[in-house]
Amino acid sequence: MYRYDTYDQKIVDERVAQFREQTRRYLAGELTDDEFRPLRLQNGLYIQRHAPMLRVAVPYGLLASRQVRQLAHIARTYDKGYAHITTRQNVQFNWPALEAVPEILAGLASVEMHAIQTSGACIRNITSDPFAGVAGDEHIDPRPWCEVLRQWSTFHPEFAFLPRKFKIAVNGAAEDRAVIQCHDIGLELKRDAAGEIGFRVLVGGGMGRTPIIGEEISDFVPWQHIITYCEAILRVYNRYGRRDNLYKARIKILVKSLGIAEFKRQVEEEWVFGKNGPNTLTEAEVARVAGHFTTPAYASLPADDAGYVSQRAANPAFAAWTRRNVLAHKVPGYAVVVLSLKNPARAPGDVTAEQLDLVADWADAHSFGEVRATHEQNLVLADVRQSELFAVWEKARAAGLATPTFGLLTDLICCPGGDFCALANAKSIPIANAIQARFDDLDYLYDIGDIELNISGCMNSCGHHHVGHIGILGVDKNGEEWYQVSLGGSQGNHTSIGKVIGRSFAAAEMPGVIAKIIDVYLAQRQAGERFIETVRRTGLEPFKLGVYGDAAVKERKQNA
Amino acid sequence: MPKLIKNGQLVDDDARILVLDETQAPEELTLAAGPVFVPFAVWQAHKGQLSGRAGLGVWLDSHEDVAELVPDLDSISAVALNFPKFTDGRAYSSAALLRTRYGFTGEIRAIGDVMRDQFFFMQRCGFDTLQPKAGKYSDAQLEEALASLKDFSTPYQAAVDQPEPLFRRAARAA
Repeated sequence: MYRYDTYDQKIVDERVAQFREQTRRYLAGELTDDEFRPLRLQNGLYIQRHAPMLRVAVPYGLLASRQVRQLAHIARTYDKGYAHITTRQNVQFNWPALEAVPEILAGLASVEMHAIQTSGACIRNITSDPFAGVAGDEHIDPRPWCEVLRQWSTFHPEFAFLPRKFKIAVNGAAEDRAVIQCHDIGLELKRDAAGEIGFRVLVGGGMGRTPIIGEEISDFVPWQHIITYCEAILRVYNRYGRRDNLYKARIKILVKSLGIAEFKRQVEEEWVFGKNGPNTLTEAEVARVAGHFTTPAYASLPADDAGYVSQRAANPAFAAWTRRNVLAHKVPGYAVVVLSLKNPARAPGDVTAEQLDLVADWADAHSFGEVRATHEQNLVLADVRQSELFAVWEKARAAGLATPTFGLLTDLICCPGGDFCALANAKSIPIANAIQARFDDLDYLYDIGDIELNISGCMNSCGHHHVGHIGILGVDKNGEEWYQVSLGGSQGNHTSIGKVIGRSFAAAEMPGVIAKIIDVYLAQRQAGERFIETVRRTGLEPFKLGVYGDAAVKERKQNA
Repeated sequence: MPKLIKNGQLVDDDARILVLDETQAPEELTLAAGPVFVPFAVWQAHKGQLSGRAGLGVWLDSHEDVAELVPDLDSISAVALNFPKFTDGRAYSSAALLRTRYGFTGEIRAIGDVMRDQFFFMQRCGFDTLQPKAGKYSDAQLEEALASLKDFSTPYQAAVDQPEPLFRRAARAA
């Protein structure tokens, strides 16, 4: 993975000093709340319901074991002993004291980490495929390009105060695992007819209050020009994006109001001036960065380890875990392990300091010292030998990190919601845990199969409810917490925005509502059909009928 | 005399920033002597008389397009760009355009909601003069705030102050 040189380290160290001074000025009354807010946000520091929340950047989800240990140290020393993996592959601490944040940042800097631009109206942490470099369907490794873009976007002087936040995601595999269609800029690595690397560029996607799927602004930008192309997009957005209304300030609204053709015309008119300029990438720079993402020293192994085969045959619980949480690796004899953070006893995505320390140890022992964070709020050991899977499973099981439900109903995405977040309209964690408690029968979960359930506590959509096969959105009705259910959303190559099925529900009703939706699916599904495929085939009607009943649906139609 | 930051130094400056109130038409204005920045609308209305006047600058608000000033840049010695709120970042693009695309070499002054925490970004985008609101900082605080110009010693990107990105400026170890 990328290691800092003296330049990278200096920038992060100088950031610590800068923020230490800003915090001092705030505490001394030299900065008002309003002045300090954007400054602290650009360093990932929120003021939440109970305490500040610090969001630490995990660039494109990649962590070294020593970084994981540092996160454990922070959780233990400055927090209540746990951390939270976010839907943008970052790590959040919910309880640090504001006064301690400069020290936390200094600790992060000591392991080449920071909290730069994890919030605020600027270019945010760049996200990518958590299986980059190990997935069989990968054409081009996205990580070097993410790092190149990370450096370009870090403290970009022209784009530090955009109309609104700006998120970039990069994918380089046949299957989109980075939700590129729902980002302000989505980049898909590809090759042209001559074999040259470039990017298909999508723009104006996003979730939030107005979910929109990004549109293609260019089908191929050669790699040399990706920075100047992004700069052209950002400059048009910075100058003409709306600043009068927070809810209409994302680039998606500008793209929609101009139309993609006119937006593209403006971007390409701007690009003329930057293209071939100094920001044009050089082969030397790309080679330098790519040199950090070399193939690990894989052993030459048989495609199927005999011991692994017999362990699976002998131990049904291990076999069940491997069926869900162990994924194919492009190198024979290796596997990708998903360490589930969806233990029903904890908030989805939460991980304790002890668990983090253990994960760091397993990474060193079994996976070349690296860990990945996924936007689906799990951790990944990407390079485990098949012959060591049983050992990893036993350790993970003992640590509560082997919930064998990856990709199933209870492996849900869930924002921190009203328990922590000051923006939330409703709690989301108790809903998640109640659904996990209701669906605690593994055989039943396996029978239901692949399904994505996403929960957001408010319209900001951190829980990605718009692209959940089942989406749950917390809403406020006269000061009470209610939950709206949508169906048919999807991430990946067939990204779609879910549609609301009808009136919202009280928290206590939610597990029953999900059960009714699943019943409809099981009754309607054809052989081999996944949940989302059934919803697409049948439409929402049978589900509405199943959830609201015949009479309610008729009445609604009459009133419509 | 009030102080501001020019080319990294504290200097005295008594230029007025002329602001029209809502009832004033730019055509009806008479200008007192002395250095002054006039609103873009006033400049447009009085270009003929104002051209070549000593100590005259034009200020643009964040929504005003610097491109409209381009035909006149030869007759203006200073342009001020207003930050109505410090979170309104449009003037960064305006300054960068003035310097890189339109070749403006005169003074570019940041006015309005100008805080020391923006100094580094402003200077990188081509502002050479930074004028926090009157009373925002004491002279001593402004002196102290000069340090913010040096918050980061070696930035990654190309910008007005460093026309080449780090990967072209430095030989970085692989």
